[in-house]
Amino acid sequence: MQIEKQIEAMRREKKILLMTHQIIGYPDFAANEKAIECFYNNGVDLIELQIPFSDPIADGPVFTKSNQAVLEKGIKVSDCLKFIERMARKYPIPFLVMTYYNILYQYGVEAFIDRCKEIGVQGTIVPDAPLDEARAYYDYSRQQGLAAVSIATPYSDPKRLQEIADIGSGFIYYVPRKGVTGSKTTFDSEILDGIQKAKKETGKTIAVGFGIQGPGDVAHLIGTADIAIIGSKIQLVLETEGLSGLDQFLGDIARVNKEE
Amino acid sequence: MKNEMINYLGQNGYFGAYGGRYVPEILIPAVDELNQAFQEILRDEDFYKQYYNLLMDFSGRPTPLTYAAGLSAYFGKAKIFIKREDLNHSGAHKINNVLGQGLLMKKLGKTRVIAETGAGQHGVATAIMAAKMGFQATIYMGAEDAERQYANVFWMKQLGAEVVPVTTGTATLKDAINEALRDWAGNFDNTHYALGTACGPRPFPEMVTFFQSVISKEMKKQINDICGKNPDRIYACLGGGSNAMGAFVEFLQEPGVELVAVEAGGKGEASGKHASRIAYAKAKTGVSQGYKTLFLQDDDGQMLDTWSISAGLDYVGVSPILAHLAETKRVRVLAATDAEVIEAFKLIISKEGLIPALESTHAFAGIFKEIADTKPEDVIVVNMSGRGDKDIFNIGEALQDQGWKTFVTERGKAYAD
Repeated sequence: MQIEKQIEAMRREKKILLMTHQIIGYPDFAANEKAIECFYNNGVDLIELQIPFSDPIADGPVFTKSNQAVLEKGIKVSDCLKFIERMARKYPIPFLVMTYYNILYQYGVEAFIDRCKEIGVQGTIVPDAPLDEARAYYDYSRQQGLAAVSIATPYSDPKRLQEIADIGSGFIYYVPRKGVTGSKTTFDSEILDGIQKAKKETGKTIAVGFGIQGPGDVAHLIGTADIAIIGSKIQLVLETEGLSGLDQFLGDIARVNKEE
Repeated sequence: MKNEMINYLGQNGYFGAYGGRYVPEILIPAVDELNQAFQEILRDEDFYKQYYNLLMDFSGRPTPLTYAAGLSAYFGKAKIFIKREDLNHSGAHKINNVLGQGLLMKKLGKTRVIAETGAGQHGVATAIMAAKMGFQATIYMGAEDAERQYANVFWMKQLGAEVVPVTTGTATLKDAINEALRDWAGNFDNTHYALGTACGPRPFPEMVTFFQSVISKEMKKQINDICGKNPDRIYACLGGGSNAMGAFVEFLQEPGVELVAVEAGGKGEASGKHASRIAYAKAKTGVSQGYKTLFLQDDDGQMLDTWSISAGLDYVGVSPILAHLAETKRVRVLAATDAEVIEAFKLIISKEGLIPALESTHAFAGIFKEIADTKPEDVIVVNMSGRGDKDIFNIGEALQDQGWKTFVTERGKAYAD
């Protein structure tokens, strides 16, 4: 699988990789594109693009409102896919699509995976597709060589953790705490132990998302997580400090890989 | 007997193609824990006795089955009987479910309850349960619903519950469910999500049905005592589906009993402003809010806005059990428009001296549409799921009652001064 090899190669160069996030169409496509350019220029390693859904139950208030704002403008899934295609052709960086299961279900799960592959996407993340319900999605993605990222939490017991590792591909998205996206996570020793345990028991690449606020959190994850995912905070930085603020924010994060 | 009910409803949380538990991974332990506890109480006769005793002692069960002499005489067709869920404490069938879930919470050692509410009846019932059992309660309610049904918001607050108006999405019931799921994902250690209808991830559809089955258990005995036979038809309104499942479940395996659910036809099929998923055949199978069912959605899979004069029926999905029962033709589904509901309301209140909730009035409107096809020896039971006091603002407006308008205006002025 392409993304796994890419991650492996990138990991040889850096202590920790960074995956950033954008909700497609929020605030508009032009702003998304500028943010993505900024991600690329700052050496971001993977980019997660979210196709909005009307009922995003894994998202906190920041993303819930942005999802809604995009849909109120009448932006369709096809518009989002066209935008992703353009970005994936423009920037030589792995793109992953995040969305909710109903978007795939209405498109046709196999057709959606085929389309993602066709437009140069490396993988998908679907938070409401647990392994017990969406086996066909994981299996078909694997067959097509597209990563279907599965999600683990500190509450996944060893048996389920193994099933999560076996069914998914690309890497494991580890949600380190209860709740939804957006609010701060305190990366204490208990959380770090959980990440370590998930890595050890599955032998997979572990990406940690939810509540990462800045360079301090990312630096803290070095040695346990392979990838740090920043979502809501980036939207907040963009909203409050604009592109120059984002540039500064990502520059500060990039430095954690250079620090001794 | 209780286990059998679940077996013929479905297997492993699926009812035909519908059901499941499409929740974020973080909620898997919470739904697992709940499902395990639910499977245990299904086998526990003592739990059921404790539950039914609480309903008798606290909520006033069994509720009567009232012969609708006025309506029956007016039409001169089938005899109509009314199952009086309006006479429950809190004024609706919702209390049956929350008292059951409250006892389950105690078993699970949870101390905080969250709930979503549309019309507010489930919110009030949950707040009552929390006050009685000593739990902390947070109720999520679409901001638009909170405005339409402020009387219920008032009561929830008086009962000590925190009421959180939800402004995301369409600011109605589905958005309140989303917020409750988000809260649950963050707090499942001490918090139980008392979902109010037979929707959502496993085990909620069958669990809510189980707790609401008291309606049809009583109904079956009562109608047989009075008429010496099962009803020929049962009508219930259909939003999420809890009162319909409650009224139908004991008769599912009685092929002679026709089961009719009535959805919110809103401003009519052509208007696009309705909440009819099945009758207007506008819904498609989809996955949202933790389960797979028929949802009103666009081609992309985005959930659509819904409309009903009755906040309690204004929901984008439908119980996966009812989606399956409709597909297999065991339940027939109609829609009644807002206008038909208002006409039905006037008839019920004048002929029976009863004030039904606008939700329940849909079920009556369904009967009135079809009663010409019945014979005088036929027996119809309608589940009057709740009483209409809470709807006084909507009804006053719909009837364009000048006295009511003057009263509200004067009251408003008095507060403004």
